[in-house]
Amino acid sequence: MITPPVVDLTLILPEMIVLGVALLVLMADLWLAPERRGYLVAASLAGVLAAAWVAAGAADGVSFAGMYVRDALTRVGQVVALAATGLGVLVAPEYLRRYNLDRGEYYVLVLTAGAGAMLMAASRDLLMLFLALETLSIPLYVLAAWARGNARSQEAGMKYFLLGAFASAFFLYGIALLYGETGTTRLPDLTSALAQQPAGISAAAGVGLLTIGLGFKAALVPFHAWAPDVYEGAPLPAVAFMSVIAKIGAFVALLRVFPLALGALADQWTLVLGVLAALTMIVGNLAALAQSSYKRMLAYSSIAHAGYLLVGVATATPPAASAVMTYLAIYAAMGTGAFAVAVALERSGGEADRIEDYAGLAGRAPLLAAAGALFLISLAGLPPTGGFVAKLGIFAAAVETGSVGGLALALIGVLTSVISVYYYMRVAYVMYAGEPDQSGGVRLHASPLLNLALLITAAAVVYAGVLPGAVTSFTQQVGALLSRL
Amino acid sequence: MSFVPLILVWPLLGWLVNGLAGRRLSRTVSGLVACAAVGASFATAALALAAYVQASAAQAASAAEGASQTALSVIVPLFTWLGAGDLWVQASLQVDALSLTMALVVSGVGFLIHVYSIGYMAHDPNVSRYFAYLNLFIFAMLLLVMAGNLLVLFVGWELVGVCSYLLIGFWFARPAAAAAGRKAFVVNRIGDAAFLLGLFLLFTALGTLDISEIRHRVGELPDGLRLAAALLLFAGATGKSAQLPLHVWLPDAMEGPTPVSALIHAATMVTAGVFLVARLDTLFLSSPAALVVIATIGALTAFYAATVALRQHDLKRVLAYSTISQLGYMFVAMGAIAPAIGIFHLVTHAFFKALLFLSAGSVMHAMHDVIDVRRLGGLARTVRWTAAGFIIGGLALAGIPPFAGFFSKDLILEHAFALGMASGNYIPYALGLLTAFVTAVYITRAVALTFFGVPAEAGAHPHESPPVMLWPMALLAVLSVAGGALGAHAAGEPLLRFLAPLLGAVEVEGAAAPHPPAAILMGISVAVAFAGVLTGWIVHRNRRDPSLGAMGTLLEQRWYVDALYDRSIVAPGHATGRWMAGPVDLGVIDAAVNGVGRLFAALGAASRRLQTGYARQYALSVLIGAVLIVGYWILR
Repeated sequence: MITPPVVDLTLILPEMIVLGVALLVLMADLWLAPERRGYLVAASLAGVLAAAWVAAGAADGVSFAGMYVRDALTRVGQVVALAATGLGVLVAPEYLRRYNLDRGEYYVLVLTAGAGAMLMAASRDLLMLFLALETLSIPLYVLAAWARGNARSQEAGMKYFLLGAFASAFFLYGIALLYGETGTTRLPDLTSALAQQPAGISAAAGVGLLTIGLGFKAALVPFHAWAPDVYEGAPLPAVAFMSVIAKIGAFVALLRVFPLALGALADQWTLVLGVLAALTMIVGNLAALAQSSYKRMLAYSSIAHAGYLLVGVATATPPAASAVMTYLAIYAAMGTGAFAVAVALERSGGEADRIEDYAGLAGRAPLLAAAGALFLISLAGLPPTGGFVAKLGIFAAAVETGSVGGLALALIGVLTSVISVYYYMRVAYVMYAGEPDQSGGVRLHASPLLNLALLITAAAVVYAGVLPGAVTSFTQQVGALLSRL
Repeated sequence: MSFVPLILVWPLLGWLVNGLAGRRLSRTVSGLVACAAVGASFATAALALAAYVQASAAQAASAAEGASQTALSVIVPLFTWLGAGDLWVQASLQVDALSLTMALVVSGVGFLIHVYSIGYMAHDPNVSRYFAYLNLFIFAMLLLVMAGNLLVLFVGWELVGVCSYLLIGFWFARPAAAAAGRKAFVVNRIGDAAFLLGLFLLFTALGTLDISEIRHRVGELPDGLRLAAALLLFAGATGKSAQLPLHVWLPDAMEGPTPVSALIHAATMVTAGVFLVARLDTLFLSSPAALVVIATIGALTAFYAATVALRQHDLKRVLAYSTISQLGYMFVAMGAIAPAIGIFHLVTHAFFKALLFLSAGSVMHAMHDVIDVRRLGGLARTVRWTAAGFIIGGLALAGIPPFAGFFSKDLILEHAFALGMASGNYIPYALGLLTAFVTAVYITRAVALTFFGVPAEAGAHPHESPPVMLWPMALLAVLSVAGGALGAHAAGEPLLRFLAPLLGAVEVEGAAAPHPPAAILMGISVAVAFAGVLTGWIVHRNRRDPSLGAMGTLLEQRWYVDALYDRSIVAPGHATGRWMAGPVDLGVIDAAVNGVGRLFAALGAASRRLQTGYARQYALSVLIGAVLIVGYWILR
């Protein structure tokens, strides 16, 4: 006899709000006059805020036949994902109008991807995790190809889709192998099954393939090669959003799978994750040195940041898990902010993508340049910004383990951060000391929403840097969750 | 007492208004905003005092009869500042007898000096910047004295340093002012480094920086560690409070506007070192060796600075050395296990030294910035109120009864004598007594040369300062006369009683020393003070100023301490700097850095070549990665 699974719809209220608003926007777009698309933006933002408010206060629980869990990691992960989604909405409208790409589906896709990241944070089952991963990924493929008249954007979408599908196949195959060995896809059952018997070959291979699927989403070396091409070709607001939301989804999932579910087998995967982290930090930072395109530089920078984040996952202690979430929250602000600065600029009908385009920005738009410099300083990890607090948390947790590996990772992290100061500060230097473009080729586009996004992200970066307690006191529940295991 | 943070908020608001909108405000509004901010702060502090007295009375009433009475200390948490690993810093304010006394002195004297500044700075073009700095200073100083955590205290400690630097160099277009600001900054760094090391040591040993926790737990520390921490923190105090050997910055700091000298470099900031010792009294009082060092340094500094003050010609420099000397007295009190007495002297000194500085500023105002005593004279006839203010301040400084300075100084000497009886170390007492004599001589000299005799330069037309400057001086004069009542035996010692539960509760070796015959000691110090005034008057009457021969040269050259520093530290430092900047930096470091840079650029370019743009190659790299990872997992 089959008992129907317990369904507790109140548990998924935040996701339902986001997806409901997405449907509403989809429908309303059919009837709304183009000049009234502002309502769609307003509705999306209202939905995100409402969902974040609910998600921050929702009680713990497990439902949907044990496939869905709401706990500390869900709470923090969803709030961060919703913050990134809200910022993703804010940076878009002016750009979309400017290039005549303004269709309501854009916000539907952003909201759906956000819901995908939220579900990844709440997955208690590998199949559920796979579905959530695809819910996150497919809208991102479409967003990358959003500029339909632009061949580079089409190429970016296509590449992202092909390689993403390739990685998804690895992920699914990994699930199949694990199921074959243990007879379950539930993460807690997997934990107990693998704890009882020594892991066989197919289980080991399965875990390896899972790593690859998630590593692709997080753009870890050597699964990162798509990122620079996609970031360069995709429209700027889409890049600003995807660089952050994909990271949030991937790292929340990595925390779910490795420290939380497979914590007992830590000795089997720390080395792999550690080596991946080291490679990612080194390659990301070195490659960023040689870039002349702002977007490509930020693409490699985002790879490098994935490396720092992976140090936290590989460390796998409660403080490290909290530090990963702190890092994601701060990265959502500084990553989106750095791209938002580029959104405000235009060069002869296209995106202002060359680093020279930022020359003398401080003279023309002092506040924009100040914000840009702030984000770059924060990405470089210098105090008194949030980026410093984020890195400090991760590296401190790695050092605290007292192991040689942790120490080595922290050392690599600090040294590559030193390298990163060069390429970040080069742009900030150009902004302040460069000769401004006199031909009038580079134009400024200010819009209230974009300014709001810049203001929010800049304030968040400073606030997190000066009063880190405000962020860490929220994220530390993740560490508490891990230490209860 | 949730309103206590307001004490800090007012001056912060004043700083914001004057700092952000100052250029758009008229000078009157600017000054009024700044004064109102500090006045509100003082009023709030007074309310806090009332609430505190009430609360501690209630606590005393509820405590059982005969139970040991502990000092009430209210912690007002502000926010969790940062939490990383074991380091959780709760930013909080501590409300107790000591912090309230200091807050009242800082905001009260600060308020009077703010009012005075309206008149003194009336013609300065940057008056809003001046008031913004001054408000920021008040905020920082209040943060320092009310901090419940040593890290918060350190933030205030550094911030007052920054304000001091900005205000010394307020007229930064004058090279001397800019150089003086820099000197103050650099010399203070030396002390601050030691202070910071002390903080690290305490944190490593005790795992906390919370002040009341440290006060209660110092007993857990081994003797050596306790001594090291005490000495490191005291080294920080010598920097801020201008004690030997880090005293050299304070006389130069007189380049700043005179109200700044009165507020920062006499009444408040320089006493931060004394305050620090009192704040962590249990730490210092439980390390006998540290106490000997503190008392000795204090006594030596008191004597040294007083002798130098004998042969200074700049009126403000005389007062600056006098400040150094008086701070030395306060440290003697700390070293003689009488922190409450030290705080008492701190308070009376704030009154009379602020009065002296404001009077000196009034002289500058009257004489168009002439401050060299050799060019003054006879001012008592033309600027009577200013002269009266300076003389009252001078009498208090000289320790003539019944002025405020007499009571506090006498108590310090009494305790120094008791220290001698207990430990056989009579040096602090002897130097203290000698200093009392020299003090009376130099301040009498300053008075005689400035206000009496025949004016040195005809043609000057001194004019009395406006009421907005005279009223604050008048109030300070009243305090300089009556302030002694705070600690006078006859008046019931209200301040000492107030501080006693907090600072008097420490039981230490030697505290139970035989009590010296107080009346005899008091008689001696009164006699010495009168003798000093008389000597000064006889030597310097009719504006005579004998050069004292070789000894005079030695004193005028400040015992060659500054010259020694220049020769042995500053000049070699400059030379090392040039060598580092030239051959070492350009030849070695720069070359190495460039080489490393080129290496990484080449690596970056190489990695760029891997990025071909073909999706199939990217898929291949994913596959290779997959094979390696899965292979490792299977074969491990």
